[in-house]
Amino acid sequence: MNRISITAVDIAKSFNYRTIFRDISFSLLSPSSLTITGKNGAGKSTLSKIIAGLISTTKGSCSYTLNNKNIDIEVFKRYIGFVSPYLNFYDEFTALENINILSRIRTMSRQNESRAEEILNLAGLRQRRDDPVGTFSCGMKQRLKYAFALLLNPAVLVLDEPTSSMDDEGIEFVRHIVRQQKKQGILILATNNRKEAGWCDKEVHLGMKKG
Amino acid sequence: MNSLKVLSIILIAFTIFAGITVPMAPQPQSIFEFPDIPGLGETARIIFFHVPAAWVSVLGFLISLYFGFKYLRTKEYNYDIKSVSAAGLGMLFCVLAMVTGSLWAKFAWGSFWNWDPRETSIFILLLIYGAYFALRSALGSDEIRARLSAVYAILAGLTAPFFIFIMPRVIGGLHPGAEGDSSGSIPIAQLKMPLNMYIVFFTGLVGFTLLFIWLLNVRIRAVSVEHQLLIKDQ
Amino acid sequence: MNYLFAIWAIVAKDVRSELRLRYALNALLMFVVTSLAVIIIAFQDSELNPEILSALFWIVIFFTAMSGLSRIFVSEEERGTILVLQLVASPSAVYFGKLIFNCGLTLFLSSAVTLLYVIVFPTFVIQSLVIFICTVFLGSLGFASASTMIAAIIAKAQAKSTLYTVLAFPVLAPLLITVIYATALSIQGDIWSNSIPQFQIMIGYLCVVVGFSFLMFDYVWKD
Repeated sequence: MNRISITAVDIAKSFNYRTIFRDISFSLLSPSSLTITGKNGAGKSTLSKIIAGLISTTKGSCSYTLNNKNIDIEVFKRYIGFVSPYLNFYDEFTALENINILSRIRTMSRQNESRAEEILNLAGLRQRRDDPVGTFSCGMKQRLKYAFALLLNPAVLVLDEPTSSMDDEGIEFVRHIVRQQKKQGILILATNNRKEAGWCDKEVHLGMKKG
Repeated sequence: MNSLKVLSIILIAFTIFAGITVPMAPQPQSIFEFPDIPGLGETARIIFFHVPAAWVSVLGFLISLYFGFKYLRTKEYNYDIKSVSAAGLGMLFCVLAMVTGSLWAKFAWGSFWNWDPRETSIFILLLIYGAYFALRSALGSDEIRARLSAVYAILAGLTAPFFIFIMPRVIGGLHPGAEGDSSGSIPIAQLKMPLNMYIVFFTGLVGFTLLFIWLLNVRIRAVSVEHQLLIKDQ
Repeated sequence: MNYLFAIWAIVAKDVRSELRLRYALNALLMFVVTSLAVIIIAFQDSELNPEILSALFWIVIFFTAMSGLSRIFVSEEERGTILVLQLVASPSAVYFGKLIFNCGLTLFLSSAVTLLYVIVFPTFVIQSLVIFICTVFLGSLGFASASTMIAAIIAKAQAKSTLYTVLAFPVLAPLLITVIYATALSIQGDIWSNSIPQFQIMIGYLCVVVGFSFLMFDYVWKD
């Protein structure tokens, strides 16, 4: 198992000169879990994107280590599974194609088709894996996001609104994933839901103004 | 700053006065006479205003590039303010250069625009400025706007110099100093202007540059204040 | 080696997507056919000299490129797939992947225009084939490289299609003038050594634009 750590020091993010949040610091070392809470618009999605290395910070920084060695953000991105309402797949490709094409780009090597099929089955998409994603419902797209996030057994799992659009079966599936991830890696959740927020050990709350 | 403003006014005033009033004669007898270049005659006086305007428009672009680059490095919004202010003034002087240039062209060569190399280059500069502002107005967020317009400005700044290599070879021209012009390369560069014209010319050049710096300073302060007020409202 | 694989994978994705949807290809071909139709009608009985033919050739390519080459980034932005691409690939892999795709598209486009020209205009006889081929090749690559970078810049802007042409023209103008001149030379049957300065400019342009884009792409791509 890879031991990954994420250390955030005084992260602040402004957009159009409006400060969304500031002075956010935390430290995570696998295995551990963190939940990001806050009202709508507090910046939960923004913070999760920052942790995943997709957006830069206005102030402060996020650093990552792998097995006690500092690693670059581009290296870190290979160890992340990311699920977010802002993530979209290619509508013209089938679920299987999306997984294969994207993981080919990500791992920079040929793909094991059977692994992709296996993960799609796990996510409950066996019936629809050869259908274009454009025909999927929101809930199925969410399942596909999980399939892609879990494909490479990520050391870090970042879930923004983990159960959005999901049916009861889906929510059970997410709970199972959450339990697994907490034991073997880092789990970061961003959610409004009090119950989901309780799934993690640590919490970071984003308020509109400090204090 | 104040001394700069005063100096700028003095220099430009001198340029205007000397540029317009010093008489021209075929064989200059003293330093108070300009040579009468055949074919140009009195119209040559515009050189004191046209060339500095063109120079300042290029200077504006270079300064805008510099500040754009600094913005990309540091992400400090002040640099973007400076960059856009310089570009605005540069564009203004570009228009001035084109207008004075085409007036001169009308009197010296018969038509307002001829697509000769130097005319085309200043036109392209105007297009670059236009594109820069079009891009800026099409982008919403301050940060994205600053970032992308800086990148575009640098790209345009890198490709524009290719004109210097293309033009002389590809197209002959009417502009003094183009290929085929019997009077040879830029009179200024080869010091074919007599000393007295040279002095007036250079005072004009320096005066315009100082004027540009003055205007830039004022514009930067104005845009900064506007920006501060905008932030306060947030 | 792995890095090259990532670039190839991105190109493959875009090719597969294009073959499935055919937006860009259709737009390009329609544009070429329409422009040529207008030219044929306008110049029905006139003698078209090398300069005019050459200029028309590249004008068609320029405007067709303007209608189709921005798709590479604009479609990602419009469909919201930029995030997933940012997640799986490094910025430079994305840049080179998109660049190669656009180069391929432009080469395809210029070949199509060449073919149509040869068929439609009897006076379009190229006397120096080598100069022509090199010009079209280098010119297409140059077009693609500048267009790709500008496409990335306008992806987040409003009024994308007009903005694209407005931004691209000043940047492409030096290249445009050079290739028009070189193509005219090739039609006239000029000797190789006369067009060397043109090739120097084309290669120089390509190096500058690709080098610049590679260094600056991070600023455009990453938020």
